[in-house]
Amino acid sequence: MGDIYHTDPEIETIEDLSGKRTFASLPWWLYALILVIVYTAWSVYTRENLREAFDFIIQGIGTTISAAILSYLIAIVLGLIAGLGRMSKNIIFNNIATFYVEFIRGIPMLVLIFFIGLVGVPTAISWLNELGFTLITNKDISTYSRAIAALSITYGAFLAEIFRAGIQSIGKGQMEAARSQGMSFGQTMRYVILPQAIRNVLPALGNDFVAMVKDSSLVSLLAVGDITYEAKLYSGSSFRFKEAYTILTILYLMMTVALSSLLRVFERRLRND
Amino acid sequence: MTDNIIEIKNLYRYFDKVKALDGVSLDIKRGSVVVVIGPSGSGKSTMLRCINHLEEPTSGEIYVDGELLTGEQKQLNEVRADIGMVFQLFNLYPHLTAKENITLAQKVVQGRTEEEANRIAMEKLIRVGIAEKADVYPSNLSGGQQQRVAIARALAMDPKIMLFDEPTSALDPEMIKEVLDVMLDLAEEGMTMVVVTHEMGFARAAADEVIFMDEGMIVEQTTPDGLFNNPQHERTKLFLSQILQH
Ligand SMILES: Nc1ncnc2c1ncn2[C@@H]1O[C@H](COP(=O)(O)OP(=O)(O)OP(=O)(O)O)[C@@H](O)[C@H]1O
Ligand SMILES: [Mg+2]
Repeated sequence: MGDIYHTDPEIETIEDLSGKRTFASLPWWLYALILVIVYTAWSVYTRENLREAFDFIIQGIGTTISAAILSYLIAIVLGLIAGLGRMSKNIIFNNIATFYVEFIRGIPMLVLIFFIGLVGVPTAISWLNELGFTLITNKDISTYSRAIAALSITYGAFLAEIFRAGIQSIGKGQMEAARSQGMSFGQTMRYVILPQAIRNVLPALGNDFVAMVKDSSLVSLLAVGDITYEAKLYSGSSFRFKEAYTILTILYLMMTVALSSLLRVFERRLRND
Repeated sequence: MTDNIIEIKNLYRYFDKVKALDGVSLDIKRGSVVVVIGPSGSGKSTMLRCINHLEEPTSGEIYVDGELLTGEQKQLNEVRADIGMVFQLFNLYPHLTAKENITLAQKVVQGRTEEEANRIAMEKLIRVGIAEKADVYPSNLSGGQQQRVAIARALAMDPKIMLFDEPTSALDPEMIKEVLDVMLDLAEEGMTMVVVTHEMGFARAAADEVIFMDEGMIVEQTTPDGLFNNPQHERTKLFLSQILQH
């Protein structure tokens, strides 16, 4: 069963060809990255200026992490629905899903964050209110919620294409076997197609989560207090740009290097069983 | 109540301009074994797949146990549960063990409990002779074993009829017999079967009727004896001479 996405094929190949790790095949780049991180951590510990910047910026870490995770979970649901829609024979469902995916893919993410956060969400709320659901007004919608909406709607469209590719990678014999046993389309999707498709796209989903962690920095544009926003705030008031953006850079690097390494281990395990 | 479990009346199936089925009518008696032969592209698979609407007919009528198939989903799901189908490429669910392959539809479609489904699955695995492989995944089974699991999976639904589309064509020669033996047992026990196959030995041993198809039509419908000793049509003779050479 072939995965449709691979990460870092060149590393795997060196290892596979030689059977064991050679000096040249060791991940030197990874050691270098870790060294940079460790060196910075040491500097934070020893240097007053850096520590001050760090203490300020780290206040945003909870927001960064929660925004990334929450948006990603919502994006998975949106992506699954839209991915199924893209393959649906129902013309309306199919067109709505395709409109959504193409719309999002046609716009830079930076612009999307502004558009969804400042135009999309308020417009949707006032339409709802006009329809008589006066549960919330635009004033009640926090910038954090707008940011979550923006990130998850954007990523939902990316994930839709991943899910679609995953489902299409499952041979049509599976659908036929299940339908021939009397399973409905929905039951077949749930018990036969999706379990296989999701397994196939797990590596791609993992990569996109790492990307989401990085792109969550865009929510700072909506004045949400993530680490990027805190860094901007700190450097703006203290004029210590060097310290602020060094810390910020290293924080993202730490998260993505750790996540990518975890994913690589997980992927190898997946491929081996 | 009719004696026929399947009645096919004036069945047509076009793929754009290709007439895969060009007016097929056929009655299949309860308890009979019908073998379908014919050259590649003659419409054998298409006919088989129309019986449970995996392929939708362009026109014509299909009755299963006296009930006209309308194409309506709920009816189709119910009718399909009663029709076992075995594919050339097995089509086992690769993410499930042999036993889970057999229990899934029992639970989901027939609403059987886990215990009951497991019991029936083991019963059917014993019947096809691979009970010891119950917890093995399809990728660790040989082709012959996979096809036997596929047969067990179909049997677990208590089908009124079993459809086989070239069940041994994808198998290595040494595995063909183990699958044919299971099918012969089934035939002996009185299962109604429609079998597309080039295994003339099976036709001779088990078939009540043999149907020769060509260009989307039934050219000849006869007994195995009639087919091998006294074929009526030129095309049948030609086809037989080609496949019996080997
Ligand atoms: N999904 C499809 N789309 C287009 N044409 C099709 C499709 N399925 C079958 N056909 C065509 O219909 C005709 C009959 O095909 P069918 O598969 O029923 O033949 P067959 O007798 O089963 O052949 P074989 O022995 O090769 O399996 C062929 O010409 C085939 O190309
Ligand atoms: Mg065929």
